[in-house]
Amino acid sequence: MKTRRDFIKISALGLGAATLAGSNLKWVWGSNTGGPVTESASAIPRLSRYPTYCEVCFWKCAGWIYLDEEGKIQKVTGNDQDPHCNGRLCPRGTGGVGLYHDKDRLKTPLIRIEKNGKQTYREASWDEALDLVAGKMKEIGNKYGAESIALFNHGSSGSYFGHLLKAYGSTNITAPSYAQCRGPREVGFELTFGSGLGSPEPTDIRDTRCLVLIGSHIGENMHNGQVQEMSDAIDRGATIITVDPRFSTAASKSKFWLPIKPSTDMALLLAWIHVLIYEDLFNKEYVEKNTIGFEQLKLHVEKLTPEWAYGITTIKPHIIRETARAMANASPAVIVHPGRHVTWYGDDTQRSRAIAILNALLGSWGRRGGFFFKESLSIPDYPHPPFPEPAWSWKETHAGKFPLAKLSVSNALVDASIPETGKEHIIRGWIVSGTNLPMTMPQKDQLLKAIQSLEFLVVVDTMPMEITGFADVVLPECTFFERYDELRESPGREPYLGLRMPAAEPLYDSKPAWWIAKKIGERLGLGEYFNYDDLKEVIEWQLGQLGTSLVEMQEVGVKKFERKSGSLYMTENQPKEFNTNSGKIELYSSELAELGFDPMPVYTPHPEPPQGFYRLIYGRAPMHTFSRTANNPNLVDLMKENAVWIHPNVADIWGLKKDQYVWLKNQDGVVSHFPVKVRLTERIRWDSVYMVHGFGHRDKKLRLAYGRGANDSDLITNVMMDPLMGGTGMRGNFVTILTEDPEKEDKS
Amino acid sequence: MRYAMAIDTRKCVGCSDCVVACQTENHVPFGFCRDWVTETVDGSYPNVELEIRSERCNHCENAPCVRCCPTGASHFVEGGIVLVTRNKCIGCGACIQSCPYDSRYSHPDGYVDKCTFCNHIVSKGGKPACVSVCPTKCMYFGNLDDPNSEVSNALKNRKHKVLAPEAGTNPQIYYLI
Repeated sequence: MKTRRDFIKISALGLGAATLAGSNLKWVWGSNTGGPVTESASAIPRLSRYPTYCEVCFWKCAGWIYLDEEGKIQKVTGNDQDPHCNGRLCPRGTGGVGLYHDKDRLKTPLIRIEKNGKQTYREASWDEALDLVAGKMKEIGNKYGAESIALFNHGSSGSYFGHLLKAYGSTNITAPSYAQCRGPREVGFELTFGSGLGSPEPTDIRDTRCLVLIGSHIGENMHNGQVQEMSDAIDRGATIITVDPRFSTAASKSKFWLPIKPSTDMALLLAWIHVLIYEDLFNKEYVEKNTIGFEQLKLHVEKLTPEWAYGITTIKPHIIRETARAMANASPAVIVHPGRHVTWYGDDTQRSRAIAILNALLGSWGRRGGFFFKESLSIPDYPHPPFPEPAWSWKETHAGKFPLAKLSVSNALVDASIPETGKEHIIRGWIVSGTNLPMTMPQKDQLLKAIQSLEFLVVVDTMPMEITGFADVVLPECTFFERYDELRESPGREPYLGLRMPAAEPLYDSKPAWWIAKKIGERLGLGEYFNYDDLKEVIEWQLGQLGTSLVEMQEVGVKKFERKSGSLYMTENQPKEFNTNSGKIELYSSELAELGFDPMPVYTPHPEPPQGFYRLIYGRAPMHTFSRTANNPNLVDLMKENAVWIHPNVADIWGLKKDQYVWLKNQDGVVSHFPVKVRLTERIRWDSVYMVHGFGHRDKKLRLAYGRGANDSDLITNVMMDPLMGGTGMRGNFVTILTEDPEKEDKS
Repeated sequence: MRYAMAIDTRKCVGCSDCVVACQTENHVPFGFCRDWVTETVDGSYPNVELEIRSERCNHCENAPCVRCCPTGASHFVEGGIVLVTRNKCIGCGACIQSCPYDSRYSHPDGYVDKCTFCNHIVSKGGKPACVSVCPTKCMYFGNLDDPNSEVSNALKNRKHKVLAPEAGTNPQIYYLI
């Protein structure tokens, strides 16, 4: 099919092979654009080790980069002083060097051209590529207004492009980490406690006596600090309760594993609330002092007994009671963990509310061993002119829906990029930084429709990902080993500051994102918003404002600051004011009632797999981050593909053997692009299958990742929208198993 | 002096950080490893048990690999660490065959390679890379002859086991269960 924007396999082009030699490892900012070369920016100081914070995942652990005798990057270790990692990086951080060494990295700017009727890329100089990007942005800005350009981003680099867009006049800035991941729990906790969770979560796992995990697979999700604290909690004999249809690693460490029927978590949560109230186990003093709506809640859950929940969840009533009592025994040092990826069934904000309510009844919010009050450091903004006021923003793209979304809903911006009559606010151009949308977003058809409708798409990344194949211009970013980035400000028990500095010159013709954004900005006449030659100047200025210096930060890597906001926990004598309508913890949400939503969480049955189909559950492996590490040679060595977990009884029905490759077909007839290996295991229910997210890459340029495993996102075509905040519930997809390739003809 | 390692199976999450830390510390070529992670699943849903173990050379007191080595390349050094002298190794593979733990591999450069307990770090008073990196702090390393060492304390307080005790090699990797 001829499309406006063919997917181009960068591999087929043999690009970039000669650029390494050409760059001669001379690192001079601006050398390719003919701009001024600054003395200060042209050299990396010779240090015995270089401070950094890891960019392989969002946890951003601080560490040290070591070079070998030849000055080549050898290894990364954790920074002992950093509370994110306590000197111990996770496998992805330890193997993060593979990102730097990856031979498949993007090496030079690329521009889409048409050659003999076929779309392809050609190499371009930075000048040419940046001129084109700025020119297209101007064209769209003049035609439709600056607001018609959107940014999709994840990770450190996005902020520079966010700054660029705001300076240009658009606030249409979004990240899939909200509507595809943790948005619902932020809203659920805000509605209840007047405060979200953010990252890292303020869970006091270290000192907890009871940790309850609901679908949260700590240990498989390698949220480093939390994994470490869970290990400490195990040492201290904490009771762990894990609710998961799969016998997860965390389940194997737990005193209680509740092998719940998928999609019924709400019923269990309500039954727990029932037991706490009707067995008089809740924290009375705390509830009386701090909450509002207890009587309404009591009435609401009156009939929601463990016996009621048994028929729904398949969890026996005495187990529901016993686990509720275990939580109450540990109160207030108990955590019903909010989870992180919580976009499951479309009622996720309400489920997060139920989790928040449980914590309130247990008196764990603001208490040792429960949730602490975190504090963050405010890093002063480097001076720049005020941003222009856009005529419209992402809020308008929600078209009156999702009243509780505090951040832009990525899928709404995708929808807004499909021009249809009657649509008032249309997005015409995208900047994509650090997020591989085709493997991140559900409902691929909609995404591709949006991509084909765009007038311009520029992608900035370190690796050729699926999204880069759709770009009009590809800009190669250098890795975090080769650049300064904004200071890491981490909220926690105490606020910490972290420095990332380059340990090596950028390989090939790659550049830091800050430089790319600045150069585009200058071309748009926005130079005064980027009033520096090197980001290092910004960092030095900010560090000076904070009473430290680059010299000190190079020595220590991370620096702790004293708390200023008061106690880590609630104190007996100080009444706590919560940032809700009532100033109290809202068991009954007046805000939800006002908006016409259920003021207290209600159980709704969700669709179940049809005959011959199994619910698709997906999750994480500790050695990979989403789809972005699938080509990292060090991490591929640990895990090169995903497998589909299938219960042996199910395998018997289908005649499946261990390690056999199969295809998965979902309820809408979508088949996994590549076959996936069968893992026969007693660790999964017979009504579900499980796979690790992030595999099944289609871009041949990813030589290690190409064709390895199945991509769960392809199979997520059914989305249950959260009406409160726009989250995309993705656990309502069902697959059946094909032992023969259903489309033997060539697939592109 | 007797170096040993105790690994807490209750805390290990099988993340394989020990594997990648060893590979980067010891320049282990891609496709090979000196340590690895195994999972054993027992029972049937929903009565399932899972044991995850980080495994490596057991630095056995009665090491068949040292006994069978025709050139003396496999040898003991201080603390009972078993090492291979690369330029004495002829790559015959007798040690690979003799090891009940399958802990050795043929390096593409023609010698046999295995875990050294990071002797280059340990001899200077440090800890093996796998122990230093482990996010769950599930590994304890030290001198068994010192009753107050981390590893002695770990073994004192907890039930433990070794792998393949029937091989009679007196292995020095202990699993806390």
